[in-house]
Amino acid sequence: MKPRQKRAVFIVLAIIAVGLAVGLVLNALKDNVSLYFTPTQVYNKEAPQGRSFRIGGLVEEGSVKREKDGLTVHFMITDLHKNLPVVYKGILPDLFKEGKGVVAQGKMEADGVMHASEVLAKHDENYMPPEAADALKKAQAANAASAVAPAAK
Amino acid sequence: MIPELGHFSLIVALCLAIVLGVLPILGAARNNRVFMGVARPLAYGQLVFVGLAFATLANAFLGNDFSVLYVAQHSNSQLPAQYRFAAIWGGHEGSLLLWALLLSIWTAAVAMFSRHLPEEMVARVLGVMGLISVGFILFMLFTSSPFERLLPAAADGRDLNPLLQDPGLVIHPPMLYMGYVGFSVAYAFAISALLGGKLDATWARWSRPWTTVAWVFMTIGIALGSGWAYYELGWGGWWFCDPVENASFMPWLLGTALIHSLAVTEKRGAFKSWTVLLAIAAFSLSLLGTFLVRSGVLTSVHSFAADPKRGIFILSFLVLVIGASLLLFAWRAPKVGLGGKFDFVSRESLLLSNNVLLSVAAASVFIGTLYPLFMDALGYGKLSVGPPYFEAVFVPLMMPMVFMMGLGPLARWKKMAVPDLARRVQWGFASALVLALLLPLVMGRFLSLESNKWSPMIVLGLLMAFWIIASLVISLRQRWAGQGAFMVRVRKQSLSYYGMQLAHLGVALFIIGVTLVKGYETERDVRMNVGDTVMAGGYEFRFNGVTETQGPNYVAGVGHVTVNKDGKLVGELTPEKRQYNVSGMPLTEAAIQTGVFRDLYVSLGEQIPESEGAWAVRVYIKPFIDWIWAGCLFMALGGILAVSDRRYRIHKKAGAKMNAVEIQPVPQSAIRTPQSQGQAS
Repeated sequence: MKPRQKRAVFIVLAIIAVGLAVGLVLNALKDNVSLYFTPTQVYNKEAPQGRSFRIGGLVEEGSVKREKDGLTVHFMITDLHKNLPVVYKGILPDLFKEGKGVVAQGKMEADGVMHASEVLAKHDENYMPPEAADALKKAQAANAASAVAPAAK
Repeated sequence: MIPELGHFSLIVALCLAIVLGVLPILGAARNNRVFMGVARPLAYGQLVFVGLAFATLANAFLGNDFSVLYVAQHSNSQLPAQYRFAAIWGGHEGSLLLWALLLSIWTAAVAMFSRHLPEEMVARVLGVMGLISVGFILFMLFTSSPFERLLPAAADGRDLNPLLQDPGLVIHPPMLYMGYVGFSVAYAFAISALLGGKLDATWARWSRPWTTVAWVFMTIGIALGSGWAYYELGWGGWWFCDPVENASFMPWLLGTALIHSLAVTEKRGAFKSWTVLLAIAAFSLSLLGTFLVRSGVLTSVHSFAADPKRGIFILSFLVLVIGASLLLFAWRAPKVGLGGKFDFVSRESLLLSNNVLLSVAAASVFIGTLYPLFMDALGYGKLSVGPPYFEAVFVPLMMPMVFMMGLGPLARWKKMAVPDLARRVQWGFASALVLALLLPLVMGRFLSLESNKWSPMIVLGLLMAFWIIASLVISLRQRWAGQGAFMVRVRKQSLSYYGMQLAHLGVALFIIGVTLVKGYETERDVRMNVGDTVMAGGYEFRFNGVTETQGPNYVAGVGHVTVNKDGKLVGELTPEKRQYNVSGMPLTEAAIQTGVFRDLYVSLGEQIPESEGAWAVRVYIKPFIDWIWAGCLFMALGGILAVSDRRYRIHKKAGAKMNAVEIQPVPQSAIRTPQSQGQAS
């Protein structure tokens, strides 16, 4: 093969490889991105049904209840405007506390409860997950704009 | 008074760095020997003053000087001394100072170990590093000085985040930073090659050891961080695809590509532009890593502060560094030349494919890490990309890479006949395949699980690992074959060859660890009353309750768990749940019994209210998990072996002139390296 042809083949191979890689990345992104919603958005039915998503807010004071098995926990995530009931089975992170910021990932089931597969609380007391902070900020704006208007996006 | 002295020495260091960034580069361009000659003394001077600044901060921490704001924020008089020292890099400002200190150390090291390099090369390399240093010291002085006072002084400090009060954290950041900052040397070499227009095998030989050393530090740093996450975060994972972990993983991937590409540039004079581009990219990603971590745009364990001013400064610095180097690259690279030719099947083409795969892997991590950031900035709302994304992308990319990794050391340079290569490896591949298919059939019994688990992913993982080992054996047999005393032939191979094989073996061990721990781990989250037992992976765990103890700066509930296997006592594990006095932060301290083939891992969840001393307990069996870190250690050791190769030390004889291209005439008087001599293989 002449050097020129060789070069062309190299380039074609490289393009195919990059194409494959891009396909791979897009495909993986499509399946593994989870969107964040606030409790108000969930209340307004903006969150997807039957698909996993994330929700941020505060653990409502006095809402944490444990079942007899000691591992299943029910609590409410609030953005101080609307609440969303969550159930989680497993060991909660150290910094999970009433009144503190939290992010939960899971699916909404027919019972109107989010079945969380993962609960995150951040590693620093003074630190609020930005998603939780964001949810509170939006809810505040919505509260101010009176209860009639839908939550501002 | 002393902290002000630290601040003042930083200013002096800044002045030295500015002169270092300007004069020697100018001198190299104008062939002014006086200007070039100041580079070394300035590099040493910079180290002295940055070191002084660091020492004053250390003094403030060890002496509990809470009139310094940064100390008051990150330390406490109850904190044990070693953690007070480690607290220097427990926050944003101090980590930057550490960055600057390590950069000065690298700069001084280059100044010291570059006696054999041409004067203008040294001048340019040190100059570029000086410019980087200017950026970092300016950043510190303007936005984040660790020496700011708190008046009136606090009575006591706010304490270090308990998660960071751990021996692993004393060494993890400096190691990782040594790696990050070390890539600045490779970068500076690349930039000075572009500036000087002289990019040849000799240049590659000079930058190789520096790059490899930086890579070794980075490998160890990442492994330490991963190990810390495993035993300190209390839920037994070793990698979370956390943005900050990714931030260190991207430059590592590119650094790995760079090491291999430099090898080709040195041996064959090929891949020149690619090598330079990789060096620029690896360092840019190191900077990006710093940006991601320190500016707080990405949320993770490591992000300290969200101060927009800082973010903007780092971002501008980043744009400046990347933009300027890419411009320089676009302008100069075409003149550097492409280098030696090679065929489709040759060691070059295999290395090139692996380079591309490593870069694509880095790019995919980049996309996964920054995608949420872009979407948020564009107003599409907040989202997150989970670990499954990284798995889905990584596994298919790593499969061909590992396959070629086995072929690479066996293939010839320039051209290799496919049938010949196939004949050499067929038995190795076949036995790896058979072993990978059969081993899972007995693995379950070996790990005393309830059932044997045979899954395609396990077979695939084992196949990759065994394939690497098989090709290693084939290569060693080839090299050691021949007449005469065996030990003579063993000693005849270069250290860098053994280093490479050791590092590749490390990859195999790593893959075995990942595959088996993913395939066979047992995880139980259970509620346990005092006296309860739970079975996991053939082990019986008995919970004997929790007692209280007092630590130096915390109170802890200590759980007592005895482990039995087949009626025999294996050990007692004592996981802790700590409550730190000052911050009031709870912390889970897992108890781990390590073993070659499995770790026993117990950590306390929470006390169950309205019960008689019952706790939620995590009980994990992690087979082969330590192989992951053993693999990293082997990779690092391989790097060290490769660097110790003689040929990096006998420079006088080794100035090969292969494919040397010079854009501008370099005055002969300035070249000190004697030329000629063939390549050491």
